[in-house]
Amino acid sequence: MSKLKLATVWLDGCSGCHMSLLDLDERLLAVAEKAELVYSPLVDQKIFPNGVDIALVEGAVSSEEDLDKIQMVRERTKTLVSLGDCAVTANVPGMRNPFGVRAVYARAYRENVTLEPGIPNDSVPRLLPCSRPVHEAVPIDVYVPGCPPSADTIFYVIGELLEGRPPEICAKTRFGA
Amino acid sequence: MTVAAGIKTLKIDDRDFSARAQETILDVARQNGIFIPSLCELKGLSEVGACRLCLVEIKGSNRLFPACVTPVEEGMEVTTNSERLQRYRRSILELLFTERNHVCSVCVSNGHCEMQTLAQKLEITHVRFPYRYPKAEVDASHQRFVVDHNRCILCSRCVRVCDEIEGAHTWDLKGRGIHVRVITDLDEPWGSSETCTGCGKCVHVCPTGALFEKGRSVAEMMKRRQFLPYLTLMREDRE
Ligand code: SF4
Ligand code: SF4
Ligand code: SF4
Ligand code: FES
Repeated sequence: MSKLKLATVWLDGCSGCHMSLLDLDERLLAVAEKAELVYSPLVDQKIFPNGVDIALVEGAVSSEEDLDKIQMVRERTKTLVSLGDCAVTANVPGMRNPFGVRAVYARAYRENVTLEPGIPNDSVPRLLPCSRPVHEAVPIDVYVPGCPPSADTIFYVIGELLEGRPPEICAKTRFGA
Repeated sequence: MTVAAGIKTLKIDDRDFSARAQETILDVARQNGIFIPSLCELKGLSEVGACRLCLVEIKGSNRLFPACVTPVEEGMEVTTNSERLQRYRRSILELLFTERNHVCSVCVSNGHCEMQTLAQKLEITHVRFPYRYPKAEVDASHQRFVVDHNRCILCSRCVRVCDEIEGAHTWDLKGRGIHVRVITDLDEPWGSSETCTGCGKCVHVCPTGALFEKGRSVAEMMKRRQFLPYLTLMREDRE
C-alpha cells in the first residue's frame, strides 16, 4: 500500500501545536511508516503539493497571506484538520479583535517603537480586520481544540485518520486543554 | 393535607418517578442521576431560568420548558435528551461563547470552569456561529476581587447570592439585550462600593472566570461553594 500524504500548515499561532506534534517523539516513526510528510514548516518543501490526504492547520487566519494560503491548502487537501485553539477559536491571536486593526498597528509600529516608527506597507502581510477561526474561512473536516492539544491527542487523531476512522475528539481534549 | 396529596408521579425519559409537589423537573432528574445541563441554577439560590440550557420537552406541548423553574405535575411525561434538545443546547452554549471573549487557554478558570466543562460534555468541538468580539471591561478596583466582563455569561448567580444570602445586594443587571452587564451599586467601580462587605460569595458562585480573586493566574482560580448548602440548611432550621 502506498503511503498517505500528510501535511502541516502554520498560520497565526505560536508554533506550540507543532511543538506538541514533535512531542510525539519516537511515535513519529510509527506515523512515518504509514504517512509521508509532504509539506510542513518542519520539512524543506516550499510549495504545498496537490493531492494531500490529511493536512493539520495550526493558527488563526489573521492576514491576507493566511487567507490565500488556507484557500489553496483547502483546494489541495482531502481531510483538513483544524488543530489547536488558535485554529478552532482564534484564541490568543483573536484577543486583538475587540480593539480594531488600526489600534493594533499603532501599538506595534508606533507607540512601542523608538527607531523610525511607521506602519510597513510591504514585506509584512497585511492584517485582516479580525483574526478568525479557520472554519470561518474554509470548510473543516475535523476539529481538535486544545492549547496546545497534547501529543497523545495528536497521535490519536492522526492514527484514527490514517485508519480512515473519525476520531472521538471530546473524549481526549477541550478548549484550553 | 395528607402527605400523599403532596406527592406527584411523573415519567422522565420513560421511567416512573414520584416527587414532592414543590420540586422542579431538574430536582427530580438530579436526584435520580439523569443529566440535564444547567448553568444559572445553583442549589441554595432562587431559580430564574436565565441560561435556558436546562430546556426539556413535555408531552402534549410543542413548547420547551426550562427544567429548573418548571414544577412537577401529576402524569407529566418529560423527555430530557431528544435530538432536538441536544441541538438547541449546543446552539445555546455556542452562542454564549460568541457573545463575549472566552479565551480558555489564558483564563483564570481554565480547567475549573462550568461552561468549559459543559462544552466538552456536550461534545462541542467548535463554535459554528461567528464570534462577536465585543469590547468588554475589566474592573480591578476592588481590593481583593476582579470582575472580567469578557467571561460573564449573565447567569445572575452573583446578583442572587449577594442579595439572598449575604443581604448586601451590591450586584445588579443593567441594559437590554446584547448590552446587558452586571454592575456593582449604581454602576460604580466595585472598589468604591459602599454596600459590598467583601465576603467573596459572588466570586465563588460564579460559574466562569468572570469573578476571581486578585493574584490568581491562568487556571489558578478554583471556586469553593461549601458555604452555600451550609448557610441554606442553617436558615431552614431557623424557619
Ligand atoms: S470563563 Fe470558562 S469558558 Fe470562558 S474563557 Fe474562562 S475557562 Fe473558558
Ligand atoms: S463580595 Fe459579598 S457583598 Fe461584595 S459583591 Fe460579592 S457577594 Fe456581595
Ligand atoms: S459575573 Fe459570574 S456569576 Fe455574575 S452573572 Fe456573570 S457569570 Fe454569572
Ligand atoms: S439552569 Fe435552567 S435556565 Fe439556567
